[in-house]
Amino acid sequence: MTALGDSIHKSLTELEVKLEANRCLYCYDAPCMNACPTHIDVASFISKIAQGNIKGSARDILSANPMGASCARVCPTDELCEGACVYRKDDSPIRIGDLQRFAVDWAMRSGDRLFEPGAPTGKHVAVVGGGPAGLSTARDLRLKGHAVTIFDAHDELGGLNTYGIVPFRLSTEVALWEAQQVVELGAEVRAGVRVGEDVPFESLLDGFDAVVIACGMGSVPRLGIDGEDLDGVWDALDFIERVKTGTFAGELGDRVAVIGAGNTAIDALTCAKRLGAERVTAYYRRGESQMSAYGFEYEFAKQENIEFRFFCMPLRILARDGRAGAIEFARTELRQGALRRVEGREFVEPVTAVIRAIGQSRLEATLNAFGVETESGVVRVDDDLATTRRGVFAAGDCIYAKGTREAMVVEAAEQGKLAARSVDAYVNAERRNDG
Amino acid sequence: MADLRSNLAGIVSPNPFWLASAPPTNSGYQVMRAFEAGWGGVVWKTLGTPITNVTSRFAGLNYKQNKMVAMNNIELITDRPLDENLAEIRECKRAFPDRAIVASLMEVCEQKPWWELVKRVQEEDIDGFELNFGCPHGMSERGMGAAVGQHPDLIEQVTAWVKEVARVPVVVKLTPNITDVRVPARAAKSGGADAVSMINTINSLMGVDIDTWNPIPHVDGKSSHGGYCGPAVKPIALNMVNECARDPLVGLPISGIGGVEFWQDAVEFFLLGASNVQVCTAVMHHGFRIIDQLIDGLQNYMDERKLATMESLIGGSRDRITAWDNLNLNYKIVAEIDQESCIHCSKCYIACEDAAHQCIDRSVIGGVAQLRVDQAHCVGCNLCMMVCPVDECITMVQVDTGLPPESWKERSRKTTVGTP
Repeated sequence: MTALGDSIHKSLTELEVKLEANRCLYCYDAPCMNACPTHIDVASFISKIAQGNIKGSARDILSANPMGASCARVCPTDELCEGACVYRKDDSPIRIGDLQRFAVDWAMRSGDRLFEPGAPTGKHVAVVGGGPAGLSTARDLRLKGHAVTIFDAHDELGGLNTYGIVPFRLSTEVALWEAQQVVELGAEVRAGVRVGEDVPFESLLDGFDAVVIACGMGSVPRLGIDGEDLDGVWDALDFIERVKTGTFAGELGDRVAVIGAGNTAIDALTCAKRLGAERVTAYYRRGESQMSAYGFEYEFAKQENIEFRFFCMPLRILARDGRAGAIEFARTELRQGALRRVEGREFVEPVTAVIRAIGQSRLEATLNAFGVETESGVVRVDDDLATTRRGVFAAGDCIYAKGTREAMVVEAAEQGKLAARSVDAYVNAERRNDG
Repeated sequence: MADLRSNLAGIVSPNPFWLASAPPTNSGYQVMRAFEAGWGGVVWKTLGTPITNVTSRFAGLNYKQNKMVAMNNIELITDRPLDENLAEIRECKRAFPDRAIVASLMEVCEQKPWWELVKRVQEEDIDGFELNFGCPHGMSERGMGAAVGQHPDLIEQVTAWVKEVARVPVVVKLTPNITDVRVPARAAKSGGADAVSMINTINSLMGVDIDTWNPIPHVDGKSSHGGYCGPAVKPIALNMVNECARDPLVGLPISGIGGVEFWQDAVEFFLLGASNVQVCTAVMHHGFRIIDQLIDGLQNYMDERKLATMESLIGGSRDRITAWDNLNLNYKIVAEIDQESCIHCSKCYIACEDAAHQCIDRSVIGGVAQLRVDQAHCVGCNLCMMVCPVDECITMVQVDTGLPPESWKERSRKTTVGTP
């Protein structure tokens, strides 16, 4: 059995790195760079690898993307840089993700300091949430010389990178290294502090020159069916967090059902499998072509012997010995794009654990308490990521609205950069006004 | 099937591929292996007074992932006694009587030692001599090799001494480390040479190890200039071969040397005027087995073109090389980009924009760069075609200028004033 911590990413050998880096054409205004939400100058960083300048390469990557280490592991490169590679059509695309991981891994091992904070500006910015968006914001604000305090509810920084992505895709070590880079630039961290509960949001407005909300999203929504509170029913993110922090003490048994077919569902499925569950099955109310997981994730899950059952909707969770013991499903179908239940085709599947992975809820109440306008729980922002409240900006999953932005680490990183630029412009304008 | 038999000034071999005088022809063991593999002839590693070599001796020039696009060496002539070499030559000739064995010779610039060496060596059944006037390192400091090759009067003198006693054809091997290769070639002719071979290696310093600051290769921290060879030197060799081939004062058969690795390289040497080619670096890189690639490629090429003999190929492009002022100023080509095979890398664009004539229009439509040549302004320099990673994607197409051919020479004759 594959161990839980065995990374799905195989490191390139030195020969592979050399061959692959030299295969890159060094395109001008390269399509891969333009396909990257953070616009990493891919041609440049690969050319630097080819020239043995790995430090310069890592700096290229991380200056454009403070989350370059995690993105080299979780980015859907097929759909981004590698999908745009000019070699895609007639040859195989350059293994950009692998090369990026090579360069950033080198930086992680070397411990070399790649960036220096800017000269102090005297301005102080609060960042609410230390996930990818918050860290990216904080990093760039530090480069500009602004003092930064990051508030995070967890004990460790990194957000979903640290707590919400399975260890074999993104280890805690990598997520924490990335956070540490920001801390070493002088960002102050207030860990285990929940803004709005432990610290009033209004106090941030009083004590800081600007605030950036990067609090992400909440837990997995409830299914809203009977039996959901039984033992053996898990929230996928809670499950992954416990596994990743080594605090998972539950019993999965040998038949695990995961409700949902997105990327978090894939994580929960493959994680359960690696924990030793005999049979792990995804149940999704729509079809294969509607599932939101990336193609490569779906393929990975199938390779890990995950079963997928489509067009089935849970009706209730049945108890056995006081625990989740079975799920009753209804068959569904799509008619002219509308999902309908097919009556009379109900069936019962025996299970030993249920993990719900049907997305994430919005932190609507919290956000409303912050006094920023939201729309369906999504913070309303302008093109510069300014919220409706003066001096308050937002980035990351909390501004992720379906159909507009992608909830990817790389997108959060880019938003963090943009938020930092906007905050910088804002506090500089304030300073001029003060002067 | 085309007849690949080759004849260089009376030295015949079953095919025009010889091994150059170099490490691959250092011993009878190697030459036997080479003949078994199918090589048409060998020029034995230079015979003379045995020397002592240093370690290390070679260095390679790599380009990206490609190893040994060139190499240099600071190895000298044979380090083994003459008797030993001659015994091995005898054995090889006995085993492969149809192959050419040419003895490369080097001696001090005096008549007697040359006479003695020639007489002694031709006691064996050798097919010819090649006089090594080219080795640029080690021997030249002792008044031999390139030290002779850089003095036309010495070339003529030594060649004449050799010709006085030689009973087999004499080939003079020329150094490229001179200004005009035709001058030493003419000197060889005056001395009575039957053929010339070129090029020997080019003075070179392969590089410096930027970690240790030692030269590459280094001998206990020091180095000396070496001889440069391999694929990267081919254009220099082709030019020298052709200059001699076109020069009526030279008028000798030429054995072409310099960067031959593929059969196409050999065809180029033949077309520009070489009667055969000598190979070294490619064998040092891949072994004797490449002879199969060379023969098979040449054979198919000649068969497809219905070229029956080597003579139908040799010199085929020789007179297409001329002075710049004979070129047609009214000939015009422009670049054309095949939109179907374009992979949108924009390499042509940035090359033209920064280094040529700003004649490629680039517009990004739907995230994809569209590249088109502004043919009205394109000067037909070829740069875009050269940098394009896709073969045949960028082609140069001829544009009818409606003007009759006119060279600079012709044009300047018409005008009273005018400078190029």
